[in-house]
Amino acid sequence: MGNINWRTILRLGLLGSVVALYFSMIGMVEDFSNRNLIGDLLNLGHVLLYAGIAGGALFAAREHSESNTVGRGLIGLATGALGALLPSGLVLLSSAINMRTVFVNVNPALSNIITFGRGVPTGLLLFVLASAVVGLITALFTVLPETWRGPVGKSFGIVIISAVFSDLVRQVLTNIIGSGMVRSLYVGDAYRPLVAAVLFVGLIALFFWLDRRAKQSNETTAIPQTDAKARQAKNRRNIALFLGWGVFLLIAPWILGSFLSQVLFEIGRFVLLGLGLNIVVGYAGLLDLGYVAFFAFGAYTMGILTTTTAINPAPGVFTFWTALPIVVLVGVVFGLLLGFPVLRMRGDYLAIVTLGFGEIIRILALSDWLAPIMGGAQGILKIPNPVFFGLELNSPELMYYLVLAGSLLAAFISIRLRDSRLGRQWMAMREDEDVAEAMGINLVQTKLLAFAIGAGFSALGGAIFAARLSTIFPHSFNLLISINALSLIIVGGLGSIPGVIVGAIALVGLPELLREFQEYRLLMYGILLIVMMLLRPEGFIPAEVFKRELHSDEDTGGPPAVEAQV
Amino acid sequence: MAMLEVNDIHTYYGNIHALKGISLEVNEGEVVTLIGANGAGKTTTLRTISGLLAPRTGTITLNGEDISGKSAHELVYMGVAMVPEGRGVFSKLTVLENLEMGAYSREDDGIRDDIDYAYELFPRLKERRKQVAGTLSGGEQQMLATARALMARPKLLLMDEPSMGLAPILVEGIFETITNINKEGTTILLVEQNALMALSVASRGYVLQTGEIVLSDTAKNLEKNPTVQKAYLGID
Ligand SMILES: Nc1ncnc2c1ncn2[C@@H]1O[C@H](COP(=O)(O)OP(=O)(O)OP(=O)(O)O)[C@@H](O)[C@H]1O
Ligand SMILES: [Mg+2]
Repeated sequence: MGNINWRTILRLGLLGSVVALYFSMIGMVEDFSNRNLIGDLLNLGHVLLYAGIAGGALFAAREHSESNTVGRGLIGLATGALGALLPSGLVLLSSAINMRTVFVNVNPALSNIITFGRGVPTGLLLFVLASAVVGLITALFTVLPETWRGPVGKSFGIVIISAVFSDLVRQVLTNIIGSGMVRSLYVGDAYRPLVAAVLFVGLIALFFWLDRRAKQSNETTAIPQTDAKARQAKNRRNIALFLGWGVFLLIAPWILGSFLSQVLFEIGRFVLLGLGLNIVVGYAGLLDLGYVAFFAFGAYTMGILTTTTAINPAPGVFTFWTALPIVVLVGVVFGLLLGFPVLRMRGDYLAIVTLGFGEIIRILALSDWLAPIMGGAQGILKIPNPVFFGLELNSPELMYYLVLAGSLLAAFISIRLRDSRLGRQWMAMREDEDVAEAMGINLVQTKLLAFAIGAGFSALGGAIFAARLSTIFPHSFNLLISINALSLIIVGGLGSIPGVIVGAIALVGLPELLREFQEYRLLMYGILLIVMMLLRPEGFIPAEVFKRELHSDEDTGGPPAVEAQV
Repeated sequence: MAMLEVNDIHTYYGNIHALKGISLEVNEGEVVTLIGANGAGKTTTLRTISGLLAPRTGTITLNGEDISGKSAHELVYMGVAMVPEGRGVFSKLTVLENLEMGAYSREDDGIRDDIDYAYELFPRLKERRKQVAGTLSGGEQQMLATARALMARPKLLLMDEPSMGLAPILVEGIFETITNINKEGTTILLVEQNALMALSVASRGYVLQTGEIVLSDTAKNLEKNPTVQKAYLGID
């Protein structure tokens, strides 16, 4: 049965317990318990409550890789039961004394969720039992043979995630198979239990089959293909993938509906922002925390030039399209204006100065002094929607296309810049300013161009934002936007264009979809950022150069050292 | 007229008066060395000549043209390249990418040939052309920094302590390379702690002490000079 390390079990069990206690005490378990995932058997609150406990059991079982099935099952049971300790203690304590005056979230509703509504003695026993069972199942999962573990894990993940995003899934399904069919699959927001079970088993079978097929085709092609043939096949696959995505992006709003188009719009807006910031931070290595300022300039310039209120200095002269070049120009000019004073600054100093700059712009927009031009606290109202050849872009679906076009343009420009001479200047400057200068690179010009181009993208995003909302207020342009943009390029992978897109989906799209998450958005950000930095500091889809930095100890390449010779 | 003429320059770091009136000359085709103790101002002199620092007073001319107000990147186009102190390679880029970056200022199509020439000069770099520069050994990084500076096809090469931190056998190799580079037609101003080696490859030398030139002579004479022998060559 191997050696059972009780200290590991104690440590991991308590760790899982702390996580469960934490989610309980900040109120997430209770808030999320209204969201059923599978009938009324499983809700999102349960997932949060047991996630830590299951995690503890998973790691405990992994640490005992030499134990057999029974051994690991016991370890899982013990770790799981231990995980129930702290939440149980909380329930007991709160039944004895009223803790709500200090911990608002420790209330009878929470106790009810933890004890399955059965009250203190019976319910608590049930909770400990349930935790132990969760621990057992998780531990047994690690005993599964390799060929099964992948499919089971993936299928479980998909069932849970698709249940969490049931809004999105139902919307798509409704457009494909009709609302009648969809209703028969769901109760409320949740899967019917039978549906979930069938889906789970079906997915396991599917993944199992896919794995088998992949392995077989690997074996048959063990004879090395000619280079040209392989490249051709790869090319064909790339083209197919590219076309597939193109078609999807074009028809997306019509399968996804109005609400999800709005979400796509939000993602697109941040892709645009992220691509611009990626040039400044990712390519040029200049940490800019005041990036929202340029977004504000774009939005305000568009607002002032096209609004139908008295603020417009030239009423009726500009449409969205004729104002757009001016907006981008204003962004570029202000990018240069910010660039000049910070030319000699690096790293932390630059971050602080740009942070201040961002706040100054917001406060100026809010001030009474500039109110005649910028509308003060009232903001700018009545900004018309863009009109495209007679078609007013007045719905989320249509505005989506605008932001899509903007993002594609920005992505195209980014790629061209990255591979250009300027891209190499940025790369050299990011690495070492002095050496870059000694290579003949004009740092002043290189820095200013980064600020200016990044600002131009951001201003474009701002203009589209203003035209979409029709109304803009100073408080729409707070620090949080800069932080969002920065987080998403870091999570996606600094300097990587696909990374920006993935980052925007993860940090902007997903929280929009999870209504329940709104309140905990920043918490989620924090957790995600910490986890990312620990597990994958180079981001989801890292750019080649950054990967090298973080893993340079692993892939040094080149032959082993030979005799010293010069 | 000498190729490089430095005339009474004073350079400051804030209030610190680092160079107190330095004058020196480098003629075309020469190897000239600048020796001195730690903190004497050798690096400061090179950085001032290369445009990374601006002298407060004094002039620097290159082939008769005043370059004291020019910035470093402009000087690269005028044929001045520098091998910075402490190597200063682009640590995240590969050896090959570093070399390409060295040719940044050029637009002709001889770059490929020059990379081959750099590999010929330093066969070690060829073996490691795909390796990330930050993972090269100290000596290899020094080779790379030198090779990269050559990629700009400089007329005047400023080298800041190329032998720092190298094993004796590599030091000999580096100085051999310096002689070779010079024979190919590059003028060199060499800053060194290793005075013995530096004087053996140079034709003339200057001795720097706390921001001032205290001696200047041919390399032969400096080697024999009792002050130099005592202070820099460790001979009593
Ligand atoms: N950035 C700086 N700020 C302030 N003082 C500086 C700076 N750089 C150098 N110094 C000072 O200027 C003087 C000359 O320094 P420099 O680096 O030129 O010496 P060096 O001759 O190259 O010495 P070493 O042989 O140790 O490299 C030293 O006293 C040093 O402390
Ligand atoms: Mg020095």
